[in-house]
Amino acid sequence: MRNIPASEITGTVAGLCQQANYQLGEDVLTAIKNAGEQEISLTGRDILQQLLKNAEIAREESVPMCQDTGFAVVFLELGQEVHVTGGDLYEAVNEGVRRGYVEGYLRKSIVGDPLNRKNTGDNTPAVIHTRIVPGDKLRIVVAPKGGGSENMSAIKMLKPAEGVAGVKNFVLETVKAAGPNPCPPVVVGVGIGGTFEKAALLAKESLLRPVGRPSPDPVLAALENELLEAVNATGIGPQGLGGLTTALAVHIETYPCHIASLPVAVNLNCHASRHKEAII
Amino acid sequence: MSQIKLTTPFSEAVVENLRIGQRVLLSGTIYTGRDAAHKKMVELLDQGKELPIPLVGQVIYYVGPSPAKPGRVIGSAGPTTSGRMDPYAPRLIALGLKGMIGKGKRSPEVIKAMKQYKAVYFAAVGGAAALISRSIKACRVVAYPELGPEAVHELVVEDFPLIVVNDVLGGDLYEEGTKIYAAR
Ligand code: SF4
Repeated sequence: MRNIPASEITGTVAGLCQQANYQLGEDVLTAIKNAGEQEISLTGRDILQQLLKNAEIAREESVPMCQDTGFAVVFLELGQEVHVTGGDLYEAVNEGVRRGYVEGYLRKSIVGDPLNRKNTGDNTPAVIHTRIVPGDKLRIVVAPKGGGSENMSAIKMLKPAEGVAGVKNFVLETVKAAGPNPCPPVVVGVGIGGTFEKAALLAKESLLRPVGRPSPDPVLAALENELLEAVNATGIGPQGLGGLTTALAVHIETYPCHIASLPVAVNLNCHASRHKEAII
Repeated sequence: MSQIKLTTPFSEAVVENLRIGQRVLLSGTIYTGRDAAHKKMVELLDQGKELPIPLVGQVIYYVGPSPAKPGRVIGSAGPTTSGRMDPYAPRLIALGLKGMIGKGKRSPEVIKAMKQYKAVYFAAVGGAAALISRSIKACRVVAYPELGPEAVHELVVEDFPLIVVNDVLGGDLYEEGTKIYAAR
């Protein structure tokens, strides 16, 4: 057994919340730069330039790149030989979110009850996904998720007979219906298979992959490419004002599924595609 | 690309000349409001009471900024999704509101009101919140402080970069722009 103090988890999560909001990843920056070189809409090019400038200011001044600093979605990979000491694991994570958001001047965007809608004031609780894995380490990924893009995400239980064509249609429909709302250029996360909730989680997990890194499965990688081309042929463009850059990437994750089902989930992420990780 | 410099408040003539796709640098005083503040304002109107902000010729920016770091005017302050304000906007437009700033499509009702009463809708770049905050030179809460980031703020802006999305002719850049670049 290896001991990890809860306080260390708290400190790590607090730091990751801030880094994720201040520092846009190199993967996203490179993708935006490359898109700018190919964009033919002048307004679109200018918008992509503004996004790069924005990321630079955020990083240099340690301020959030977007005012919507998101729901703190936290992925934990907990080694089965780890023993968390001095506190409750989830409370340690939530305390980290609390500290990160309050001390980092990040916006508090969480209401404690979906119906009576009172702000919790410290951006807690986090949404926490935990996997128990072999080993004695704890891997923490913090992925703050904005409301604008989350709201345009969708899930559908297709009939198996609808196959790949059905999946493609649903992805395109979702991107088109989203239009300007998720702040394009977007990253399109697609989860195929599993059950209703598994498909949604796959879609979200696919957004953690470095932007533009293809799926290791060549068939899926080809489908990602094909979908990216189709998404960019919609003309939606940067901010939905017209152009060739509607998405920076399409990421697909799959899982085995029931003979009767073909679930497909599409989780849209904005250009503020934030995720930072640490291993303790 | 040419940019038009505009200053608030807007006269009817200024608004009538704006066309979709034009790029604007906006200066002057503007007001912030999200759904919670809009709801409260429309309730005041229902009760026949006065609004906490002037409307005639004015511009409302749909934004809920992040907290300001010490020594700063405001935190990051990019646009929020405008659709949530659609149920309230026509009422304010009819009373003289001339401009709205946000991101995302407006409802047919809002577009109709813009045409009828001469108002425009601008997009600010969603997610360019740190950059936009540099155009904001002053900020103070004028109503509903209890709403936190959703309170109504009075902002003084200088060369705030915007794009005209809906004009008084009923044009819609989200529709037109997408059509131009869609592969056939
Ligand atoms: S969708 Fe993303 S970039 Fe746009 S406002 Fe929300 S968090 Fe910011």
